[in-house]
Amino acid sequence: MTRKQRRSVLIGMCLTVLGLSVGLVLYSLEDSIVFFYSPSDLVAKNIQPGERIRLGGLIEEGSIKRGESMTVQFSVTDTAKTIQVRYTGVLPDLFSEGQGVVTEGALDSDGFFIAENVLAKHDENYMPPEVAAALKKQGAWKGNEAADKPY
Amino acid sequence: MISEIGHFALILGLGVALAQTILPIWGAQCGNLALMRIGTSAAQAQFVLILIAFIALTVAYVTSDFSLLNVFQNSHSAKPMLYKISGVWGNHEGSLLLWVLILALFGGAVAVFGRNLPPDLKANVLGVQGSISVAFLLFMIMTSNPFLRLDPAPFEGRGLNPILQDPALSFHPPFLYGGYVGFSIAFSFAVAALITGRIDPAWARWVRPWTLMAWMSLTIGIAMGSWWAYYELGWGGWWFWDPVENASFMPWLSGTALLHSALVMEKRDALKIWTILLAILTFSLSLMGTFLVRSGVLTSVHAFATDPERGLYILGILVIFSGGALALFASRAQVLRQGGIFAPMSREGALVLNNLLITTACAAVFIGTLYPLALEAVTGDKISVGPPFFNATFGPLMVPLLLAVPFGPFLAWKRGDILGVAQRLSVAAVVTALVVIAAYSISGRGPWMAPLGLGLGIWVIFGALSEIAFRVKMFRASWEEVFRRLRSLPRSAFGATFAHLGIGVMVLGVVGTTTWQNEKILEVKPGEIVNFSGYDLRFDGVAPAQGPNYREQIGMLIVTRGGEEITRLQPSKRLYDAPKTATTEAGIYAAWAGDLYVVLGDELKEGAYTIRFYFNPLVRLIWIGTLIMFFGGFLSLSDRRLRVGAPKRARVAQTAAAPAE
Repeated sequence: MTRKQRRSVLIGMCLTVLGLSVGLVLYSLEDSIVFFYSPSDLVAKNIQPGERIRLGGLIEEGSIKRGESMTVQFSVTDTAKTIQVRYTGVLPDLFSEGQGVVTEGALDSDGFFIAENVLAKHDENYMPPEVAAALKKQGAWKGNEAADKPY
Repeated sequence: MISEIGHFALILGLGVALAQTILPIWGAQCGNLALMRIGTSAAQAQFVLILIAFIALTVAYVTSDFSLLNVFQNSHSAKPMLYKISGVWGNHEGSLLLWVLILALFGGAVAVFGRNLPPDLKANVLGVQGSISVAFLLFMIMTSNPFLRLDPAPFEGRGLNPILQDPALSFHPPFLYGGYVGFSIAFSFAVAALITGRIDPAWARWVRPWTLMAWMSLTIGIAMGSWWAYYELGWGGWWFWDPVENASFMPWLSGTALLHSALVMEKRDALKIWTILLAILTFSLSLMGTFLVRSGVLTSVHAFATDPERGLYILGILVIFSGGALALFASRAQVLRQGGIFAPMSREGALVLNNLLITTACAAVFIGTLYPLALEAVTGDKISVGPPFFNATFGPLMVPLLLAVPFGPFLAWKRGDILGVAQRLSVAAVVTALVVIAAYSISGRGPWMAPLGLGLGIWVIFGALSEIAFRVKMFRASWEEVFRRLRSLPRSAFGATFAHLGIGVMVLGVVGTTTWQNEKILEVKPGEIVNFSGYDLRFDGVAPAQGPNYREQIGMLIVTRGGEEITRLQPSKRLYDAPKTATTEAGIYAAWAGDLYVVLGDELKEGAYTIRFYFNPLVRLIWIGTLIMFFGGFLSLSDRRLRVGAPKRARVAQTAAAPAE
């Protein structure tokens, strides 16, 4: 093979791999992106039942109800709007009323949010940034600036 | 008093680093040997100073000196000693100090062991290394000083996040940083080569041991992180494609590519420009990892600092170093003479394919990790890119790579004989086929991917073994001959074999646990027996217990198989005193076939609990595989020919124009 042919084989190989992977990336981005919404967004954007999303906000005080065999119902709020969430399974350690929470799942036809995943983080002061931003938008962010300030 | 010494040493270290940046590079420009030599002593002095600062902070933690703001915020007098020490780097300021300490350690090591480097190259390397120190020391002193005092001193500290109080996680950051920061040496060498405009196989020989060391450290660091996530988070998984995990995985991928391309450069004087670019990119990805983790732009346990000012500063460092190096690369790369040509089907060709697939996979991870950030900045939409994306992009790229791995070491340099190689791999191919067929017949109607995936792992393992077997003439010569050949093989040959073997073992674990994992969530009453994955688990209720700095509820499960007691599992829920935090401890029974993994959930009515059961087949092989890879790296590193201070051979002496010191 001449030098030129070698080079074209090499370049051809690179382009094939790159082309294939660009295709893969675009194809899978289409399918696996999950949008994050606050309860207000959820109402305003008229999200259809069955669309997979993340819903985040505060767990409303007094809203946690345990049903039959591991089913839990609670309300996620950003103080302006509230969405009822149902979840079956093991809740994270820091799941409690008044805490920030992010749930992943979809709305059902009755307006309930059926969560497949409930994420709460590992620190009692921790607020997921998405939730903090959503609360700030509603003017409900009290925050923990006081706790973070150096003395 | 000790803290003041530490603080002072830190500031003095900044001054020394500044001198280390300017004087040697200036000396190299005007050919002044005395100025160039300053780099060597400055790098050592800088290490000693940072070490003093680090020891001072450690003393403050060990003695629980809460007059330091940093100690007050992150420690507690009732914490076990191990976590008092690991608490030093369990926070933003302290972990930066560790970062800089390792940076200075690597710089000092180059100064000491790089005696046979040409003086101008060494001066430039230490200068660039010094400039990285300057940036990070300035950052620390301006925004994240660990030696700030509190007056009056509080009586008790706030404590370390309990989830970080774990032996594996204590050593996770030092190893991870050893990797991140170790790649800075490759970066400094790359920039120095661009400045001097001279690059040759000797360059690759100097860079490779440092890169290998960093790679080994990062491998162990990532494995420890994954091991910790597996048993501490209680989610039953070992890798979540979390942005923070990706942040450490990207430098690992590009570092792996760098190791392979530097090999081509060392042996064949080819792929120079690409190797330099990879060296720059690898360290840039390390810096980006630091930025992602430290700036708080991501949702993660690692986000200590949510102060945007700090994030901006690290972003600034990233832009200056990566941008500067890439600009230098763009303007100087054509100066580097391109050498050694090769046929597409050759060892070089195989290594190019390796680089192509690994860097593309790295790019896919990069896109998945940063796309949400970019989209939020542009449109304000908040999205998350989950595991499905990574599995769909990363997975398919790994298949051809793993298929090709056994071919690489068999191919000759320059022009390879693919048919001959295929012949030599026939045994491995037969074994692979048998395993795939056996797995099909055992797994029955399970996922069709699983047997093929296992076959891929077996193919890589037996491919690696075939190479050694062929080189020692196993089964073709007398046993004495085989042993003689085995002894005379260079250690680096075994290094590559073990590294590839480790990948194969790991693939077995990954495939086994992702395709055959069994998960069940049940409501269990005391006395109830649960049949799960061939085990019978009897739940005997929950008992309270008291630990050194926590209270816990321990669930008791007796595991039997065929009426015989195998083990008792004690999954628990802990409540730590300071800070008040709950954690979950999984109960794990490890067997060769797989792990039985039990997590205690919430209490329901009448003493019943939600319990989550997992069976993770072959999961141990993932970490055993990484240990084998680490061992391979170690063998390679201990090879006489690769040793950092090894005497140069004749060919190297010719290409290095300047006399050695």
